[in-house]
Amino acid sequence: MDVKTGFFYLFSLALLFAAFRVITARNPVHAVLFLMLAFSQASALWLMLQAEFLAIVLVLVYLGAVMVLFLFVVMMINLNMDGLRRDFWRHFPLAAVIGVVIALKMAYVLLGGFRVTTAVAPVPGAEAVSNTQALGYLLYTQYLYPLEIAAVILVVAMIAAIALTLRRRKDTKAIDPSQQIRVRARDRMTIVQVAATRPAPAAPAESAPVETKA
Amino acid sequence: MTITLGHYLALGAMLFALSVIGIFLNRKNIIVLLMAIELMLLAVNMNFVAFSHYLNDMHGQVFVFFILTVAAAESAIGLAILVLLFRNRSTIAVDELNTLKG
Repeated sequence: MDVKTGFFYLFSLALLFAAFRVITARNPVHAVLFLMLAFSQASALWLMLQAEFLAIVLVLVYLGAVMVLFLFVVMMINLNMDGLRRDFWRHFPLAAVIGVVIALKMAYVLLGGFRVTTAVAPVPGAEAVSNTQALGYLLYTQYLYPLEIAAVILVVAMIAAIALTLRRRKDTKAIDPSQQIRVRARDRMTIVQVAATRPAPAAPAESAPVETKA
Repeated sequence: MTITLGHYLALGAMLFALSVIGIFLNRKNIIVLLMAIELMLLAVNMNFVAFSHYLNDMHGQVFVFFILTVAAAESAIGLAILVLLFRNRSTIAVDELNTLKG
C-alpha cells in the first residue's frame, strides 16, 4: 500500500464523514461548514486525479463563493429548527434501505467492472501540455459556443438573483436626485386668483331663533 | 494495492447514496435539501473526473466545468428564492408551502 493509496482512503473517509454530518447536523451552520470540508476533500481527490484546474476552481468558486453565499443566507434568516427537526428519523428505515441498495449495487458493478489501474497512455506524437492548457484548448475551440452559453447562464442567474431579492424599503427617506433636478417653479407653487372682498352670503332667516334659544 | 477507477466510482456512488438519504431525512428543511443537491452534483463530478483521468480524455473535465457553472447559477437563484420565501412566509418548512395546491 503506497502513499497514494493511503491518501486516497484518508480523503475518501473524510469526504464521506463530512457528507454524513451535512445531512444529520442539527445546526444548519454546522451543515454548511461540513459541506465546505467535503468540497475541500473532493478537491484534494481531484488533485490526485491530476485535474489540477478543476480542483483549484472547486476551491475558489465553491468554497470561496457558493458556500459563503450559503453561510450568509443561513445566518441571515432566523431559523426555528424545532419544527423542522420534528419526526426527523421517521423515514430513516426507508431512506437507509434505498441508500444502501444504491451504494451496494453501484459499488458491486463499478468495482467489478472497472479494474482500470493506470491511465491510458496518451496518443504518441501529441505534445505534453498541462491540464489547464489542455482544458483551455478544448474550451476555446471545440466548446466555444457552450462556453458562451454558460456565460449567458451566469449573467441570467446574477440578474435573476438581484431582481428577486431587490426591494425598496417603505420607510426610506432617500430622495431621487433626477426628480429633484427636473422640478420647475410652477410645479411647486401655483398662484390662485381670489377676489379681495366678496359679499357675505345672506343668512337664512329660520336659523336665527334657534341660535338665540340655545 | 493501487487505486483503480472502480475505487473512485464506488466513492461517487456512496456519496450519491448519502445525499439521497439526506433528502429523505431533511425533507422539511429546504436549505439542507439544497446542500444535498450540491453533494449529488459533487458525486457526479467525481465520476466525471475519474473517468477523464483513467481514460485519458479531457472532455470529461470540460463537462465538469459546465456542471460547476450551472450548479453555481442554480444555488444562487435557489438561495434568492429561499430568502424571498422566508421574507414573505417567515418559515422555510417545505410542508407549509402549499399555496399552489389549490
